Amino acid sequence: MGNFNDGFWNLFIIVCTLGGIFAMYLLTAMNSRAANPRVTEPDAMQSGATASRSDRPAGDGGVETMGHVWDEDLTELNNPLPRWWVILFYLTLVFSVLYLVLYPGLGSNAMLLGWTQVKEYEAEMAQAEARYGPLYEEFVNLPIEQVAADPRALRIGERLFASYCAVCHGSDARGVPGFPNLRDDVWQWGGEPDRIKASILAGRNAVMPGWRDALGGDAGVEEVTAYTLSLSGRTDDDAEKAAAGKERYDALCVACHGADGAGNPALGAPSLTDDVWLYGGSEAAVRHSIAEGRQGRMPAHGEFLGEARVHVLAAWVRSLSQR
Amino acid sequence: MGADRTDMHETYNYTVVRQFAVMTIVWGIVGMLVGVVIAAQLAWPALNFDLPWLSYGRLRPLHTNAVIFAFGGCALFATSYYVVQRTCHVRLFCRRLAAFTFWGWQAVIVLAAVTLPLGITQGKEYAELEWPIDLLIAVVWVAYAVVFLGTIARRRVRHIYVANWFFAAFILAVALLHVVNSAVIPVSLWKSYSLYAGVQDAMVQWWYGHNAVGFFLTAGFLGIMYYFVPKQAGRPIYSYRLSIVHFWALVFTYMWAGPHHLHYTALPDWAQSLGMVMSLILLAPSWGGMINGIMTLSGAWEKLRTDPVLRFLIVSVSFYGMSTFEGPMMSIKTVNALSHYTDWTIGHVHSGALGWVAFISLGAMYFLIPRLFDRELYSLRLVEVHFWVSTVGIVLYITSMWVAGIMQGLMWRAVNDDGTLTYSFVESVEAMHPFYVIRFLGGVLFLAGTVVMAWNLWRTVRGARPGEAAIPAPAH
Repeated sequence: MGNFNDGFWNLFIIVCTLGGIFAMYLLTAMNSRAANPRVTEPDAMQSGATASRSDRPAGDGGVETMGHVWDEDLTELNNPLPRWWVILFYLTLVFSVLYLVLYPGLGSNAMLLGWTQVKEYEAEMAQAEARYGPLYEEFVNLPIEQVAADPRALRIGERLFASYCAVCHGSDARGVPGFPNLRDDVWQWGGEPDRIKASILAGRNAVMPGWRDALGGDAGVEEVTAYTLSLSGRTDDDAEKAAAGKERYDALCVACHGADGAGNPALGAPSLTDDVWLYGGSEAAVRHSIAEGRQGRMPAHGEFLGEARVHVLAAWVRSLSQR
Repeated sequence: MGADRTDMHETYNYTVVRQFAVMTIVWGIVGMLVGVVIAAQLAWPALNFDLPWLSYGRLRPLHTNAVIFAFGGCALFATSYYVVQRTCHVRLFCRRLAAFTFWGWQAVIVLAAVTLPLGITQGKEYAELEWPIDLLIAVVWVAYAVVFLGTIARRRVRHIYVANWFFAAFILAVALLHVVNSAVIPVSLWKSYSLYAGVQDAMVQWWYGHNAVGFFLTAGFLGIMYYFVPKQAGRPIYSYRLSIVHFWALVFTYMWAGPHHLHYTALPDWAQSLGMVMSLILLAPSWGGMINGIMTLSGAWEKLRTDPVLRFLIVSVSFYGMSTFEGPMMSIKTVNALSHYTDWTIGHVHSGALGWVAFISLGAMYFLIPRLFDRELYSLRLVEVHFWVSTVGIVLYITSMWVAGIMQGLMWRAVNDDGTLTYSFVESVEAMHPFYVIRFLGGVLFLAGTVVMAWNLWRTVRGARPGEAAIPAPAH
C-alpha cells in the first residue's frame, strides 16, 4: 500500500474534502430555499394530495403533508428546516474550511500555520526543559552519595521512581518475580552508585542460556539444581546427586557464577550463595532457570530521561539499601 | 405457521420477525449480564478468579460483541424486516433466505460466545472474531441485503419510506466496512494476520470502528426511530425535507470521522485534522435526526405522560442528541488530549449505547412483540417500572464515568514544580474505585429493568398462537 501523499492522492483528498463540504452546503441551501420544494409537486398532484391533506390532522400551523401514506397511517409533514439548525450546520462548515486553511488537512500540504504535532511536542518539551532543567543541573555535578543526602533530591527521585520504575519494580521498590528488589543490598549488576546509574542510563541485558541439552537432558538439570540449592545451604537428601551436579557446575556454570557461586556483577551473574532468587527460589523455579535459561532485561532510560534526572533517580535508589 | 406457506402474497412474514424479536430480549439480557460482570471485575479484580476464560480481557469483547451484534443486531433484523414489509405493502422477499439470516446470525453469535472466552481473537476492537466466523458473517450479511433490498424492489408503493433509506444505508455500509476491515491472511483455522500494516492497519480499523457506531448503531437505529416514533405517537413525521438533508449529510460525513480515534498518534496530521473537522460537521446532521424524532410529537406531547412506551422512544432520541453533541466535542484535539484513554470515553459510549440504542430497541420491542403475538401488553405499570429503573441506571453509569474520566485525565497530566508527575498511574487507578462501584450499580439497575421487561413480555406472549397479519392495500 502506498503512503497516499504523492501528487495524485493529494489532489484526490483536496477535491473530496472541499467538494464534500460544498455539496453539504448546496444540499442544505437547496432544501431551505423554497417553502414547497419542486421535487414534491408531481407527487402531490399524482396522489391527489389535496384530498388527503385535508383528511389528515394538520401539523403545527397547518403545514401540509407530502401526500404519501405508508402502512395505513404513516405520513410526513414538510416543515421547513429549522433556522437555528441550518445556521449551526453552516457554522460547522465555515469552521471546517477555516481550520483546513490554517492546519494540515488538505492532503499533506503544510497550510498557513505550518503546525505539526511533532513541532508542538518539541516546543512543549523545550519549554519544560527550560523551566525544570536548572533544578536537575544543580545536582548532576555532585557525587551521588551527596545527592542522596539531600531530602529535596530524594523527594524528586521518589516521584521519578513512581512514574518510570514502579510498573516493574513495584510501588514499594521491593520487586516482583523477574524484577529485582531494590531495598535489599543485593545487586545483580553492582550496587556502587556509578553502577546503579549506569544500569538506569544504558539498561542491562542478562543472558542466562538454557542448559538442558548441554547438561544431557533432564537428569543433568536435576543434578545441577541439587548442587545449586546446596550453595545456599539447602541440602538434598541425595548427596550423590549434588556431587554429580558439582562436576557439571564446575565445567559449565563456573565461568559466570564463579567457583564458589558468588556470582559476577560485571556479567550480571547473580550470587547463588545468598537466599535471594530473582525468578523464585523453589526447586521448580531454579530447575526451570537452569533448563530454559532467563533473559532479564532492564530498558535504557538515559535517552528520554536525560542524565541529570537519572543521576537524581540513582541517588534515591541507592539510598533505599542504605537505610 | 400454515399461513406461511399457503398465502404467499396475502400476509406478512412475521415468523422471522418474531424469532429475531425474541432473541433480541434473550441476547440483550446475556450481553448486559456480561457487562455487569466485567464492571464488577473492574471494581473488584478478584472476580477474575485467576481463570483465563473469565478474565476481563476476554469477557470485555464478549460483552461488546453480545450487546452490539447479538442484541443490537437482532433488534435491527427484527425491526427492519417488519418495517420494510409493512411500508412496502409486500411480503418479505424469499422466506428461506430470511430464515437463513436468522439461523446464520444465531450461529455467528454462538461461535463468538465460544471463541472469545477461549482467547481466539483478531485483536481489533469490535472486529475480534476470527476469519472463519468473519466469512460466515459476510455470507449472512449478503443474504440480509438480498432479502431487504429484494423486498424494496417488489414494493407496492412508489415512494420508499424514510426508515428504509436508513436501513438500506446501514446494510450496505456495514457490508463494505466488514469486508475491508476483516481482510486477513489466515495462518491456521483460528489465527490470522491483518492484510494492512502499522498505522494503515490502525486507520482501517478505526474507519471500521467508528462506522460500526455510525452505521450499525446510528443509521440502523434511526431507521427504527423513523417507523416506531410516528407509529406510537400517531403523528406524521415532522419534516420530510429535514430527513433528506440529514440523511445524506450523515451517511457522507460519518465515513470520515474514524481518525478522531487516533489523535496524537503516528497517523499523519492531515488525516487527524480531517477526522476532527468531519466529526464536528457531524453535529448538525445528527441533530437533524433528533429534531425529526422529537418534533414528530408536536401536538401530542401529553402522550408522554401516559404512554411509557413512547417515553422510551423519545428519551432515547434525547440521549441520541446528547451523545451526538458530546461526540463532536470529544473529537476536538484539545478536548481529546484530556479525554482520550480515560473512562469519559466509556461514559460517552454508554450514553449512546444504553440511552439511545438500547432504549429505542426496547421501546420498539414493546411496540412490536404484542403485535407479533396478537396480544395486549401484559402490564403498562411494569413498563413504567422498567423505564425508571433503567433511566436511573443510565444516569448513574454516565455521570460516574464522566467524573472518573475527567479525574483520570487531570490526574495523568498533573505536574509537580520539579516537572515530575504528581500521581503515579496506580494512584489514578485507585481513585477510580468508588466510581467503578457506582458504574456497576448503574449497570445492575439497567439489567434489572430489562429483566422486568422480559417478565412482562413473557406474560404477554405466554400461550399465544400467533398467525400472520394480512397485507392491507396501499393507500394510493
